[in-house]
Amino acid sequence: MSEPLLNELSQVGRQGVRYPAPDVPLADLPDGLTRHDLPLPEVSEIDVVRHFTRLSQLNHSIDTGFYPLGSCTMKYNPKINEETARLPGFLWVHPLQPVETVQGSLALMYHLQESIKEIGGFAAVTLQPAAGAHGELTGVLIMRAYHAANGHTERKKILIPDSAHGTNPASSAMAGLQVVQLPSDARGNIDLAALEAECDDTLLGLMLTNPNTLGLFDEHLEDIVRLVHDAGGLMYGDGANMNALLGIARPGDLGIDVMHFNLHKTFSTPHGGGGPGSGPVAVSAALADFLPAPIVDIIEPGDEELPPLYGFVTPKHSIGRVKAFHGHFGIFVRAYTYILMHGAEGLRQVAENAVLNANYLMAKLKGTYPVPYERPCMHEFVAEGQVEGAPDVRALDIAKRLLDYGIHPPTNYFPLIVHEALMIEPTETESKQMLDGFVVALEQIAAEARTNPEVLHTAPHNTPVGRLDEVKAAKELILTWE
Amino acid sequence: MFFPHTPHDREEMLRATGVNSIEDFFTVVPAAQRFPRLNLPQAMSEMDAAQELRHIAEANETTREFACFLGAGAYNHYTPAVVDSILRRGEFYTAYTPYQPEVSQGTLQAIFEYQSMICALTGMEVSNASHYDGATAVAEAISMAYAQFRGKRTKMVLSPALHPHYRTTAHTYTQGSEVTINGDDSAPAAGPEALLSYVDEHTALVMVQYPDFFGRVYDLSALAEATHEAGALFGVAVNPLALGLLTPPGEFGADIVVGEGQPLGIPLSFGGPYLGIFATRKEYVRKMAGRLVGQTVDTRGQRGFVLTLTAREQHIRRERATSNICSNQGLMMLAVTVYLSALGKHGLKQVATLNYHKAHYAASRIAALPGFSLWQPKTPFFNEFTVQCPVSVAEINAHLLEHGILGGYDVAQDYPALQNHMLLAVTEMNRREEIDLLVDVLAEFAQEDSHE
Amino acid sequence: MKVPSDLKYTKNDEWVKVEGDVAIVGITDYAQEQLSDVVFVEILLSAGDEASQGESCATVESVKAAADVYLPVSGTVTETNEDLPDNPEMVNSDPYGEAWMVKLTLSDPAELDGLMDAAAYEAYCQEREH
Repeated sequence: MSEPLLNELSQVGRQGVRYPAPDVPLADLPDGLTRHDLPLPEVSEIDVVRHFTRLSQLNHSIDTGFYPLGSCTMKYNPKINEETARLPGFLWVHPLQPVETVQGSLALMYHLQESIKEIGGFAAVTLQPAAGAHGELTGVLIMRAYHAANGHTERKKILIPDSAHGTNPASSAMAGLQVVQLPSDARGNIDLAALEAECDDTLLGLMLTNPNTLGLFDEHLEDIVRLVHDAGGLMYGDGANMNALLGIARPGDLGIDVMHFNLHKTFSTPHGGGGPGSGPVAVSAALADFLPAPIVDIIEPGDEELPPLYGFVTPKHSIGRVKAFHGHFGIFVRAYTYILMHGAEGLRQVAENAVLNANYLMAKLKGTYPVPYERPCMHEFVAEGQVEGAPDVRALDIAKRLLDYGIHPPTNYFPLIVHEALMIEPTETESKQMLDGFVVALEQIAAEARTNPEVLHTAPHNTPVGRLDEVKAAKELILTWE
Repeated sequence: MFFPHTPHDREEMLRATGVNSIEDFFTVVPAAQRFPRLNLPQAMSEMDAAQELRHIAEANETTREFACFLGAGAYNHYTPAVVDSILRRGEFYTAYTPYQPEVSQGTLQAIFEYQSMICALTGMEVSNASHYDGATAVAEAISMAYAQFRGKRTKMVLSPALHPHYRTTAHTYTQGSEVTINGDDSAPAAGPEALLSYVDEHTALVMVQYPDFFGRVYDLSALAEATHEAGALFGVAVNPLALGLLTPPGEFGADIVVGEGQPLGIPLSFGGPYLGIFATRKEYVRKMAGRLVGQTVDTRGQRGFVLTLTAREQHIRRERATSNICSNQGLMMLAVTVYLSALGKHGLKQVATLNYHKAHYAASRIAALPGFSLWQPKTPFFNEFTVQCPVSVAEINAHLLEHGILGGYDVAQDYPALQNHMLLAVTEMNRREEIDLLVDVLAEFAQEDSHE
Repeated sequence: MKVPSDLKYTKNDEWVKVEGDVAIVGITDYAQEQLSDVVFVEILLSAGDEASQGESCATVESVKAAADVYLPVSGTVTETNEDLPDNPEMVNSDPYGEAWMVKLTLSDPAELDGLMDAAAYEAYCQEREH
């Protein structure tokens, strides 16, 4: 069943792609600076095509099946996005070309910036960050720079709820901040008393994921924002869960000062097997001067006959670049295509259908698997991966057994505050029939857990490989084929 | 749009959830801010959106119409058709991080093969599954060096000939930490060994570029040795395509090799998405950030691959992690993997050598023009070189553009002391006629100069 | 879960055993159970180091977790367990014996009074199970 490695397919003397012979006189190679051997595989083009095609067939993907991976928003990635991102006019443009020759790219970036500002309720945006976590780092550096510019270098404390993604504390630590974790209350909100106790004049801000990783919209959002702002702190919004809020509420209107968006979640750009993502950061007017440089703006206004001239500008107190060039432009094209196709009404329907699907699943499943926070959820919810009458069965077993049903399991063991968590995010692009099939699978698995738990413990059975020995991998550390 | 529910489905689903209308799910949202009117353009059909995007794209002028001699960190190379053909497989691009290895062996094995080939190319022992780009890979090398010495060495020495974007990114990343960056604003005319004057017992990392921003290639073994004598790590930022020809940094003592993977089959795409290469020696593997795939076996005794050493990462270590990265450039990594396998041992050497010869042909012809000279004629280079021009680069480029030529990078933008210096890149894409045309147009300036 | 009665314990699940003026440090049975299969141990101190209470002395990793080990007491390091990094699984099999991490001569024996005895530590572990 297993596919050979490329080096095992290699045959001495074989070559896939050939290049033309030099059409210029040959120069001497630099003395003592050239390599003796280049130990890469030697395979033909058909070897390459078959190898990677067979590898692809070992993957689960959105295109092949349901993927309710909580917190990751595995929605359908429209095919038109792939076409528009590959338009030659976009693909074959160098990032350092004179701005007069790249007005199309700049116009697209400008309009995407404007769309994100409008959707999120913000005053300014940078498209540069490469991913959500990269956006977080950008955001906390902006918050830090804002306080420093106001003479408050002592503000180093950042509050992060215990339900947050690990990237939040990691990003904060990279920015040199002191992380204080906030507990959640019995209804899955931030514990207000604990928050109040931390609101002092060392407060830099609070990182809020709302809806949070339990899929719950915080019931005290207005109090949280008031407490943080009254203490002189800033509100960071983790946009990972923006899919629930499109057209429902604008985070900027709710008091968020800075927020990253995940184009690869909310705006349907593909996850690509782990990237590339894109994590634009939007801010309120007070923070606009601190955005990473450069951002796109209109340099010369247009008129009836001429379009405006777009160019790059550097905000006055910019924190600097967070990467080379201008961000993941190819991802911007896909996200902008998606926004154009939805419009205001369509984006609101995205959120509504995502929330409907999650609530429907929760209603259908809560008789079978415990749901620790029973109130309407947003775009996702967390169940406990345990079955009454099957004490030895864990969330991991249920997840692995789902693979045998051709379904990608929910996120398990996150958030950490729920015992044996199964975090389920169906997304808006799945049909009722698909959701019903998922419910049937989980019900059957619960029945198996009681009657034949062994089939769960040893699952999966129908996948290209069985459970893998992670301890062996970590101990022996075979990280290359040599 | 992409919602499959029929009105009938929706009604049934609402009934099952016990609410009367979808709006009822959102009563928790503060009423005053609920359901804003978004001022966005009317929704378009796919057909209209496709047309609109085509229209926007046509406002660009591209390297397909221009003869492109612009590089400076992003290069106009040929991508074999097989690369995008594989990238378009939905099984790859609509999958996520391989959290469930039993149904992710395709992605996992591709990462393992990528790691293997990056190690082969760089001469290093371990590679991660990639960072965002060359700039952030440099920043991650700084974080790693800082972690390696557990905060006891805080000084990072960066070459002034490291790409300007990489250096500014490093400054941005470290602005909240106790790390200091040194040497990066020294004069770039000096060779890499001039950096040694910045190295002391507090130095954690010395980082240079190979070939450097100006295209120069140096023997770095003496610098590597001196860096190690000072107890610091030696980092090298590479153009990976150059390693098809040049000695790999693993052979002259690099501890960390980073680089921009774009030249290996990734389209220019106005600056991204690209790929950050990151490789190191095995002894430092636990201090390296980013995804890592290891080989193991399954319950049936078959070879298989998993994400490994995840206890280094942010989802477990949270604020104690070296880095916050929680993705890689998955699809770009796949592009590089397919590119390297399709070209293989011979193809990569062939294309690297083509770049070398064409660039040297261009350089020798330009250097022969009166008023033009190579900035440092004795220093070897790969496919990029710096030319001293008789007039400003802006003036020359404006004129080149009229002849359909995308000229080189104006070095003075980042190095004010180097007025009238142009950084030119020549790749396998530049036919001899294009190079000759470039020389002919430049010659117009040479003639003007000689008339003065 | 084993909690030997002759050791002292910390809230971070380290144990310390005192023999004369020498203290031996490791992590507890409870800690190794929480970590599951340990795949990596790095000892951060070496003989001759003067180290104070609370200082990080080792890192322990399993496939799903990572833990920093802190010194329960101050002193001068006399010896570290050189076999442990090559055999990290000893943390699981023998946390109180073969998997000791650091030996040191106590500089402030009074620090021991601030640590938990076996009964208090057992109660502390049970408390966390709920």
